[in-house]
This record gives sequence, structure tokens and C-alpha cells, in this order.
Amino acid sequence: MHKRNGKLSLLIAGAATGALVLSGCSGAGSTSGGSDGDHTITALMVGNPQMEDIQKLTAENFTKQTGITVKFTILPENELRDKVTQDVANQGGQYDVATVGAYEVPIWAKNGWLHELSTKSAADTAYDSADLLKPMVQSLTGDDGKMYAAPFYGESSFLMYNKDMFAAAGLTMPEKPTWAQVAEFAKKLDDKQKGVAGICLRGLPGWGELFAPLTTVVNTYGGTWFEKDWTPKVNSPEFKAATDFYVNLVKNYGEKGAAQAGFTECLNTFGQGQAAMWYDATSAAGTLEDPKASKVAGKVGYAYAPVDKTAYSGWLWTWAWAMPKTTKHEDDAWKFISWATSKDYEQVVGKNLGWSRVPSGKRTSTYSIPEYKESAKAFADVTLGSIENANPQNPGVQPRPALGVQFVGIPEFADLGTKVSQEVNAAIAGSSTVDKALTDGQKLAEDVAKNYK
Amino acid sequence: MTTLATPAVKSSTALKPAARRRMGSAIWGVVAWVAGIIFVFPVIWMVLTSFKQEQDAASNPPTWVFTPTFDQYAQVFDRNIMPFLLNSLMASVFSTLLVVILATPAAYALSLRPVAKWTDALFFFISTKMMPAVAALLPVYLLVKNLGMLDNVWTMVLLYTSMNLPLAVWMMRSFLLEVPREVLEAGEVDGAGLVTSIRKIILPIVSPGLAATALICFIFAWNEFFLAVNLTATNAGTAPIFLVGFISSEGLFLARLCAAATLVSLPVLIAGWVAQNKLVRGLSMGAVK
Repeated sequence: MHKRNGKLSLLIAGAATGALVLSGCSGAGSTSGGSDGDHTITALMVGNPQMEDIQKLTAENFTKQTGITVKFTILPENELRDKVTQDVANQGGQYDVATVGAYEVPIWAKNGWLHELSTKSAADTAYDSADLLKPMVQSLTGDDGKMYAAPFYGESSFLMYNKDMFAAAGLTMPEKPTWAQVAEFAKKLDDKQKGVAGICLRGLPGWGELFAPLTTVVNTYGGTWFEKDWTPKVNSPEFKAATDFYVNLVKNYGEKGAAQAGFTECLNTFGQGQAAMWYDATSAAGTLEDPKASKVAGKVGYAYAPVDKTAYSGWLWTWAWAMPKTTKHEDDAWKFISWATSKDYEQVVGKNLGWSRVPSGKRTSTYSIPEYKESAKAFADVTLGSIENANPQNPGVQPRPALGVQFVGIPEFADLGTKVSQEVNAAIAGSSTVDKALTDGQKLAEDVAKNYK
Repeated sequence: MTTLATPAVKSSTALKPAARRRMGSAIWGVVAWVAGIIFVFPVIWMVLTSFKQEQDAASNPPTWVFTPTFDQYAQVFDRNIMPFLLNSLMASVFSTLLVVILATPAAYALSLRPVAKWTDALFFFISTKMMPAVAALLPVYLLVKNLGMLDNVWTMVLLYTSMNLPLAVWMMRSFLLEVPREVLEAGEVDGAGLVTSIRKIILPIVSPGLAATALICFIFAWNEFFLAVNLTATNAGTAPIFLVGFISSEGLFLARLCAAATLVSLPVLIAGWVAQNKLVRGLSMGAVK
């Protein structure tokens, strides 16, 4: 007994001593930063590869030059959203900068949660804000015409196809295909026996999953969630035709387990050579062209987002650096944001980590860096063309009441889109119908419209 | 022949119950192993996945044969896991110590030397666990904010202590009830005071229970996510916060997440392994039977 007791108390004592020593080590860490004259800022961001890169590069390339220490926290998208909302609403002031998506920036700007950045960026000649791609700036602009976040990297959507499979079947992909052509290709290339899907499309519920590509199909088919005067149009013939087309395409020629497939699953399916085409984010190309992560590197062709009634239909998304109103380090925060979204930072990434990892899609000048052009030659032009031709103010055939290509820029849309996507997902899985999904969706949209009429 | 045959038959009937017993225990053995493997499988799969490349980790059907790699572990360390582990260790160790120090006397006063209305007190303790943490979050957040204690490890120590205290009091109470009164009385007759009784009689008997309680509190504190994600930021983030940072909507992350999860599970595994002997006895003696 005695011996065992001794061992136990020794263990406890050891653990306590250890923790005390550690607390000594992390003593500086346990005080909440924010005293004046302290050049430390805190950054909250999502865990995407570009964010990991900046975490690696900051100490050497930013802190050394400016004396500003940046402490990073990485959280998944949903937690980040909750956290920033909570922090700003309660005046917590825990974060000086945060990555915010294109959907939230205008909404949060309207709520008065973010600092406007136009004044600072205009005053900073070296920043060259005229170089920022116009659609990106548009999508980060509040009602007052000011920019509320600086784009870190941006993307549109395009069609990726396996060149080997197309060549083997004697097919040629046009530069700007129509959805009817894509459906025809999918039919010809779908080979269930070989385990090759004609096309990979997202089926996973979520406004940012299934409804990102689907809303672009709805747009180009002439449909919309709301008309300019907030009349909901979810059960309109155009919306229905687009959804029917999408659901049938993925049911007939789509990937296995399509109802559970999102961006990540499709990236893997297409990257393993198990799909002939994939319509998704332009940011997928970087991974697809990396031989370590994909079996189809060098074999992928890129075409513009397929269309029906519109000339272009690519979506528009950006992760942007924003400054919550509660920050106490406005100047240091701007120094960081302007560095992270500058031309210089692109050079830093290219030289240190490789040119394929440059956070692209936000500046015109990126596409004239010779090294970047070389590393991204397969997809750079189509990507830039897709972004430049995306119009967040008017992405379809009719005027819209709010910003957004693949979403409606109102706070209620996340919930609305997700609920309707769950029903469309059931239609893909075969347990419900598109008609039911859109009839229910119309009712939900009518409730939302009441807030705006 | 018949005389020979009879004992043979007899001996075979005599063997039957033993054989049946052996069969029975073999079946139970198989069931135990199957159940054990089912429970451990997700953990094994996590460890296996952590040695894969992202591409193999995400493949469908799952890859069984692959070349093991430490790439994912390198990436986890690249993201600087240490501050998070240290924060978790501090929050868990200190809160567990505080819980044990506070819960044992409280349990003593509710079992061996019951205070007046001890049932009410006991119910009061457990009633604090009946409200979900999310219901108390806003007041807690505002209080912590006004005290200037947001993003501070000591806030987490305090919260985890209060989170685990009721459970520990109940557990320790049931362990203390196992101390035979006769032994205590015999000690008193021999002139043992309170301190001696505690040191020489009570502690040796309840030490497995104490270990079990401490380990459970440690695990709960170590795994806690909800309060940590809401009340910490860049300085006091704990290991679970570090883990979820690997979930990304762009690109593959499963193998890295598994590597990080394996690393984060190690301290708990080690703690459990160290306390193993006591734990088995502790868990089979008290409240958590």
C-alpha cells in the first residue's frame, strides 16, 4: 500500500512540478495581449493551405522588418464565423485581424462590425489598390461603396476535364462549353464498369457546398433566388429546369456516393482519375497539378464554367483579411493586412515555397509574373478570365437585390440555402423529388423575403 | 469389451461439463476480443491513417497497403503544436489537482462524517451538472471578459475545476463509503486522530478511487472543447482547438488531422497506462461500476 501511495503522490507531484515549469515558460502567453506600445496582433483564420503558408512566412518576412509580432489561431469556417460574431457583438476585442469570406464581408460591414479599408489602402501608394481585380473589390464592398476587407486570394469556378479520357474517346472540349454539351460528354464518358464517372459534382448539403455550383447553373438557366423587388423565385420554371438538370446529371453520370460528395471528395475522385470531368472551384487546379497529391497532374484540361443563357457563369469567392471594429491595434493590423495582400507577399511565397502556392486570383499583376505564369500555365488564363467575367452584382439574366453570384448576400441565406440543399440532396439520393424540394424552398424563401419587402 | 466400453463412456460423460466450460470460456474470450477490437478499431484506424499520404487517406475504398510516412507528423509540428499541448497540460493538471483537493474533504463530509442535510448538499452538487454548458456561456463569457480574463489559461483551470468538481464529489463519496466503519472505529479506539485516520486508514483504502477520479477529471479537462473554443484565442488555446484547425474546406486534411489527433491522445493514454492498476480496482469498486 505504502509503496503504491508513494508512486501515486510522486506522479502527482511530478505532474504539478511539470505544469508549474510549463506555466513559467508560457507565462507570457497567458496574459491577454493588448497593452499600448505592444506591437503584437492576433489573427484568426481558416485552415486553408494559403493561411498555413502565411503563418510560416510571417516571422521571417514581416515581423523582422516591422517589429510587429503576429499570433495566429486557426479554426474551421463555422467556428471562425461564430467566434468573430461573438467577439465583435460582445466587444471582446480578442482579434485584430481575421479572414472573412466574400459572403460575410458586406453583411458584417452593414452591421458595423468591420473597419473600412478604402481610406487606408488609397493612402498607401505602394499598395496599388487599382491592381486589385475589380470583381473581388466589388464583392468586398459595403453599401457605402467602401472596401471592408482586402482580398487574400480569390477564385471562380471552371470545368476541369481529363484530357486522356477525352482523347481516347475522340472528344474535344470547347473553351466555353454549354451545359448541354457537358451532359453529352458525361453520357459518353461515364463507364460504371471501369469505375469512371462521367462528371463529378457536389451533392453534399450546405449553401456553400451543393448550392455553390447549383446556383451558378440556376443563374445561367435564367433563374434566381429572388428578383430585384425580393419576389422569391425558387419554384420558377427556370430554377426547376436547372435543378432537374443538375440532379439528373449527377444521378445518371455522377460519382459514386454523390449525395455525400463535397469539394474534398470530388477533388479526390477526380484526382484519382475516377471522373472524366469536374465542375468546381478554380483553386482546385493547384492541388490537381501537384504530382504528390494527384494522379492526373499534367493531364487536366480547363474550360470556362458551362453556360446556357448567359455568356459566363463562373462563381466568385474570396477569403479576405478584415479588421474587426474592436481591434486596439488599427495601424499594426493594417500593416499586416496590406503586407499579406501585397505584390511583395506574392514574391515572398513564390521564392520561399514555390510559385504554384502564390495566393492568386486577386491582383491583375499576379498574372504577369513570369514564374507564376510558367507554374500555372495550364489554368492561369482561364482562371483570370473566369474571375474577370464574374459579376457579383448581376450574375444572371435579371437584376438582383443583393450581392453574390453563387449566394444571396443576406444573413438569412446561409440557413435558407442549407435547408433547400438538404431537400435537393434527398432528391439526389433518390428519397425525395426536386419538385418537393423547390416547393418547400419557395415557402422558406417567402418567409425570408418578408424581412425585406 | 463391455467392461472396457463402460468406463470409456463414463469418462466421456465426465469430461463433458469441463469441455463445455472450456468451450464456454473460449466463446466468451472470442466475444471479449471482438468487442475489444470493435472499440479499439477507430483508434487503430486513426493511428494507421496518420502514417498515410493525404491521397491514400482519402481514397475510397480505403487503402490497407501503403508506404508509411512521417510527413503528416512533420506538418503537425510545423504548425507549432507545443503551446497548445502546454496549455492543455496546465489546464488539466491544475484543475485536476484542485478538484481532488476540494472534492475529497467535501466527500468526507457527505459520507463518513455526514453534515446536516447532506442529501440536499449532494443534490445541490449534481444539480449544477444538469444545465447544459451552453446555457451558462453568455454570462460566463461576459464575466470573464469584464474581469479581463479572456484567453487566459487560469480561466480554463478555474472553469474545468468547477466543471469536474460535482462529479468528483459524487465519485469520491461512493469510494469513501466503501471504507468499513469498523476499521475506522478500531483506529479511533487505538487513539488515532482525524489526521492519522485519514493518512493511515482512509487514504490507503480509497487511493484506487482517488486515481480513478483524478484520471476521469484529467480526461474531461483534456478533451474539453466548447468552453475552450469560446473563451480562448491565440494565447490560451488548448489541444482540441489545435486539432480542429486542420479541418479545411479546401484540400485534403484527413491524414494530418489523424496525426495531430494521435499526438494529442498520447498524454491521456500515458496517464491511463500509469494509473492502470489502480484504475481497474477503482472503477470496479465505486460509483462508476
